[in-house]
Amino acid sequence: MSIIREKGSKRKALGLIAYMVFVLLPIYWLLNMSFKTNEEILSGLTLWPNDFTFDNYITIFTDASWYMGYVNSMTYVAMNMVITLLVALPAAYAFSRYKFVGDKHLFFWLLSNRMAPPAVFLLPFFQLYSSVGLFDTHLAVALAHCLFSIPLAVWILEGFMSGVPREIDETAYIDGYSFSRFFITIFIPMIRSGIGVTAFFSFMFSWVELLLARTLTSVEAKPISAIMTRTVGATGIDWGVLAAAGVLTIIPGVLVIWFVRNHVAKGFALGRV
Amino acid sequence: MNKTPNNKAWWLVLPVFLLVAFSALIPLMTVVNYSVQDIFDQNTAYFVGIEWYQEILQDERLRESLFRQFGFSFAVLAIEIPLGIFVALTMPKQGWQASVSLILLALPLLIPWNVVGTIWQVFARGDIGLFGWGLNSLGVDYNYTANSVDAWLTVLLMDVWHWTSLVALLCYSGLRAIPEAYYQAAQIDRASSWSIFRYIQMPKLKGVLVIAVLLRFMDSFMIYTEPFVLTGGGPGSSTTFLSQTLAQMAIGQFDLGPAAAFSLIYFLIVLLLSWLFFTTITHMDKDKS
Repeated sequence: MSIIREKGSKRKALGLIAYMVFVLLPIYWLLNMSFKTNEEILSGLTLWPNDFTFDNYITIFTDASWYMGYVNSMTYVAMNMVITLLVALPAAYAFSRYKFVGDKHLFFWLLSNRMAPPAVFLLPFFQLYSSVGLFDTHLAVALAHCLFSIPLAVWILEGFMSGVPREIDETAYIDGYSFSRFFITIFIPMIRSGIGVTAFFSFMFSWVELLLARTLTSVEAKPISAIMTRTVGATGIDWGVLAAAGVLTIIPGVLVIWFVRNHVAKGFALGRV
Repeated sequence: MNKTPNNKAWWLVLPVFLLVAFSALIPLMTVVNYSVQDIFDQNTAYFVGIEWYQEILQDERLRESLFRQFGFSFAVLAIEIPLGIFVALTMPKQGWQASVSLILLALPLLIPWNVVGTIWQVFARGDIGLFGWGLNSLGVDYNYTANSVDAWLTVLLMDVWHWTSLVALLCYSGLRAIPEAYYQAAQIDRASSWSIFRYIQMPKLKGVLVIAVLLRFMDSFMIYTEPFVLTGGGPGSSTTFLSQTLAQMAIGQFDLGPAAAFSLIYFLIVLLLSWLFFTTITHMDKDKS
């Protein structure tokens, strides 16, 4: 019996390893290419850079029009995260604790925005943000990304908050806490893992989105993903720099995932696992 | 949990409502406005009523991309859901191996979507890409920029690479919710691994699978950036999905009226699906309590 099981688990491990190789191969190829010169990339296939070079990264870090793309992306992602958390926390509390007129409809309407195809809204978005004078600012992108990050945040937080028993609220009120004091000093610390997950998800969805970010910016707030299209020049595509820029966009995600690795799935399930 | 009725709770929700309304309602009204007018330039527009709606329902190109879209979404589901379940079943349950595989799995989900397109654009090329080169040297005639079947399969493979992790992560957390005692009982009964899967794991996975199927369906239904970068919609229009057709109409050709009208139909399809999603989940929550 145990022999059979061991065989099964070995086969299982092999299957998993095969899938992981499938996940990592394209990323490895990008990484490999980012350390090559363009001549080497185009001259033939090498599994490891023969002529190992940091030139592609140096190009990015010394050219303001390149690295400002990262700064811009980081700026609007951070703004989006702060705005989302500030407004979603009280709203999620309201949804998890109270019944009020139109609550179900409001909840569904919020959710439907998470599902709205961005291509539908491109042109109106452009016109709206131009008319209020926000076009080409970080705030415009942050606000536009709120369209899908807020519904998601409300959902995830509501899931976490519903796990906190009501009695805690009531005890705090009996002890004479005001709502804001209770909320900040007692309630928020209790759901901090939920807040972490929410922050991670609003970071992530804002970081990976390109369509809206590109439409709402031209020069000042241009995101890195839009700048990447620049590598297509008169002499063809600058593959090395393109690969290096791609690798640099992966790094922030890898850094933050470590902190929420145990809660990722719960977040993807909108707090409902 | 029983909730207290309290209409003052609206004050807590108000900021969210205003922010989302600003970014959702105003653009939506603009789209509605476009869809009933013929617009020549900024100051000249004529009210045309439902003419655009009649026109787009006859439009061959839109209908084709809608069918292509449904085909793609179903192919995505048919591959990613079983593969995701399989990966979740094979993942280690604890220890550093579990952490490492969780992080590796989440990796594709954290890459900006256009970079996903770029990665595959490079990876699948016959001259400089490992995948394309490998296939060619195995004697397979593969070229995603010229052959529309290859292009379609490459987009599909890219989506599988990008999103199967989501299904796997959801299933993994569903599996973790099964108490160890169930497995011990199964071992005493000498249950085969198939019946463990069928009678213990599958029922527990149902909930997360509903979420996974609906999320994957809706997100693949809105796919835009990745195929846009990878194939640009070509060759021909073999990988031009719905969002891209719409964006081409609205921005490329400035056919605002028809694009807006079709956007609304598109939005209604998605809305219907979201409603389905929402009611399923609320029912699940009800069953739980």
